Amino acid sequence: MSEAMTLSIDGREIPARHGQTVLEAADDAGIYIPRLCWMKGLRPAGSCRVCTVRINGRPQAACTFPAAPGMVVENDTAELAALRRALIDMLFVEGNHFCMFCEKSGACELQALAYRFGIAAPKYPYLFPKRTLDASHPDVLLDRNRCIVCGRCVRASQELDGKHVFDFAGRGRDKRIAVDSAAGLAGTAVTAQDRAMAACPTGSLLVKRVGFAVPIGGRPFDHRPIGSDVERSSGE
Amino acid sequence: MNVTPGSGAASICGRFGNDPSRLLDIVSEVQRESGCVDDPAMDAIARALGLARVHVAGVVSFYGFLSSRPNGTYVIRLCNDVIDEMKGSQEVAAGLECELGIRFGETTPDGRFSLQYTSCIGMSDQAPAALVNDVVLTRLRPGAAREMVRTLRGLERPADLRKVLTQSYGDGNNSHDLVRSMVDNNLRVRGKVIFSEMECGAALRRALTLSPTEVIREVKTARLRGRGGAGFPTGMKWEYTRAAPGSLRCLIANADEGEPGTFKDRVILTERPDLLFEGMTVAGYAIGADLGILYLRAEYAYLRAFLEHVLEGRRAAGLLGPNVLGKTGFHFDIRIQMGAGAYICGEETALINSCEGLRGDPRTRPPFPAQFGYLGRPTTVNNVETLCCAARILEMGSGWFSEIGTRASAGTKLLSVSGDCTRPGVFEIALGTSLRSVFACCGADDPIAVQVGGPSGRMVGPAEFDRAICFDDLATGGALMVFGRGRDVVRIVSRFMAFFIHESCGYCTPCRVGNVLLKERVDRILAGRGETSDLDYLKELAETVKIASRCGLGQTSPNPVLSTLATFRAEYERHLTRTGERAGAGFDLDAAIAESARLVRREPVRVDGD
Repeated sequence: MSEAMTLSIDGREIPARHGQTVLEAADDAGIYIPRLCWMKGLRPAGSCRVCTVRINGRPQAACTFPAAPGMVVENDTAELAALRRALIDMLFVEGNHFCMFCEKSGACELQALAYRFGIAAPKYPYLFPKRTLDASHPDVLLDRNRCIVCGRCVRASQELDGKHVFDFAGRGRDKRIAVDSAAGLAGTAVTAQDRAMAACPTGSLLVKRVGFAVPIGGRPFDHRPIGSDVERSSGE
Repeated sequence: MNVTPGSGAASICGRFGNDPSRLLDIVSEVQRESGCVDDPAMDAIARALGLARVHVAGVVSFYGFLSSRPNGTYVIRLCNDVIDEMKGSQEVAAGLECELGIRFGETTPDGRFSLQYTSCIGMSDQAPAALVNDVVLTRLRPGAAREMVRTLRGLERPADLRKVLTQSYGDGNNSHDLVRSMVDNNLRVRGKVIFSEMECGAALRRALTLSPTEVIREVKTARLRGRGGAGFPTGMKWEYTRAAPGSLRCLIANADEGEPGTFKDRVILTERPDLLFEGMTVAGYAIGADLGILYLRAEYAYLRAFLEHVLEGRRAAGLLGPNVLGKTGFHFDIRIQMGAGAYICGEETALINSCEGLRGDPRTRPPFPAQFGYLGRPTTVNNVETLCCAARILEMGSGWFSEIGTRASAGTKLLSVSGDCTRPGVFEIALGTSLRSVFACCGADDPIAVQVGGPSGRMVGPAEFDRAICFDDLATGGALMVFGRGRDVVRIVSRFMAFFIHESCGYCTPCRVGNVLLKERVDRILAGRGETSDLDYLKELAETVKIASRCGLGQTSPNPVLSTLATFRAEYERHLTRTGERAGAGFDLDAAIAESARLVRREPVRVDGD
């Protein structure tokens, strides 16, 4: 089932295989489509919408949309850049993000995307939600203030760790990450080594006592913008 | 009271065969028996079904009518929809709070009463309305509401609730032994298709003389399109489902009529349940399904016993069950799936998730339900009214149906009319009828605006009142909310946005956050702190939400803003601050320093005459 085909992204013909999503095909071709809730090896969710592209004119999430022969994809356009900037802004204002003293600074995908899109400050008003922090576990910490409900921990725990530590609770603006015990994280099977811990794109899930082990300045996005790895892998 | 925590929950799981896909029924039943789904109950359910506890908690926390904390014996859910507010729900709310000594969202210390707001409960034609547990109360007045509380205080057994609260019954089947409700049908105009006389079984008998492919062709020839609002050709949907690979198929009737201002399905379910079930059976035959599900919104739980009774009657008459009407090999039965308070479950893939006992999040498409629906089966989801139309097409023929209405829009449409008019209710009109002639029928003398299709539809002004209700002009699921002189369009928009914020599933960013931001700015304008630039801000933000959202809810939730900015811009401008041109006028200095002033206990020095 890996019959070859081609589709076009911003006018460039790229190869794709049946069963690939548009985002995967773009990655293979060295074209970066910005994304947040997507992570390699996890079932895509299509929830953050940052990877929105136009496919044959219609807005679609590239991470869930199957590649098809002859498809015409728009990715790097002014309209979509504005849309993605708006979505990143929304993720900032709906939570309580404090980049300047966050342990994840420089390794945070939300922060890195903001830099890539040239966002100095969000254009929307901060919503300052009241969110809770779960420090019950001896080794790991869940700070919902920095959570963007992307669900990567939810999927990684189930799909990679074979557990079910995290899931969503509530709906709408109250949607939040819940853990598999009334006693909080301490009552769950989570460990600091869980792939779910590493799956968090922000500083919402942190391992305790290893803060700043990698100094500021030596972190993945301190030197290269997010997406560089995809763009570097280009065959051209 | 349970001796072992959660033992009741475990036995309820057993009654549902410990089937995780029945989780929604299980948690609803646990709540009915013990008032809530608390921690021990969640643990017990998770153990019995082999699910993670956090999964159960996720489902319970999704639905508006489910709770993990104890509610009062009597949960009073007052509808806070726009129409109810126009008809005095705020006065009723004040009366209830005063009588009970608690605020909305609270429970009395004796554990007897809870006050909650709820979205439209399908009673806009007899607003303000409320639910007390399953019992519907209509045309509430503050005095009557307080009286009701006093009556409940004296009630020995909660089981007597319905009898005590319902002094007189509504018309038609509302007085049926199994309904006994004060709800009125308010069926104002009966058309040829839905509310004319029908002969039970006639459509099905005719369908069974045809092949499934011929049934589909008949529906296509009649040019039937979906009545829920999207207008997708019904025959095509059936064809896709029939053609999809798989041995088990499923037909679902969507009776999660949650669009504020819509209540037509309520009247079909009350007066024409046989027509609906007949349509479901015809559709089941056409697509090759053996299972039908009626997804009934929790707000209509008062109709459930009656509907189960009608289903029993059909089974006894051979219209459901093995070898329907003697047709060898056509086995079809219908079960009722109760919702639990979630507008989003009207979206077909969210509805399917809900039927499977999951959170009502819409699914990623593709695959579409026709390929991979309920429990992986090829599935058709149709609106209640659509299925009724299909039954009549099989009974009377496609030619009869397509002669009603217009060339592109065949048949009739049920309208749910509410608001500022003297005869609110359900009107069955031929498609192609103008708004103006509907106003004449419903006694809307001098409307300034009408919301067509509920909050997700659009607001139409007097210049467009000659437009026609049909698929190529004003396509609609049928809600018409009439607004007369003195109504504030911007305030209505704010209420609509509050609805979407409350009902968004929160899955995707633009809908979860964008609707909150839209309402923030609309409210700023309402408070007299809006600037001219806010109108551009609103338009841009609304477009973002519309384009980037994952499902129909988010793609239509900015419509109140977009359609009123286009047609009622002057209404916004009326609210803008006089200094609106000055940048920063939207900033509320007093509010910004209020907390600091309180903390330091000093009043800010004011310089008047600015």
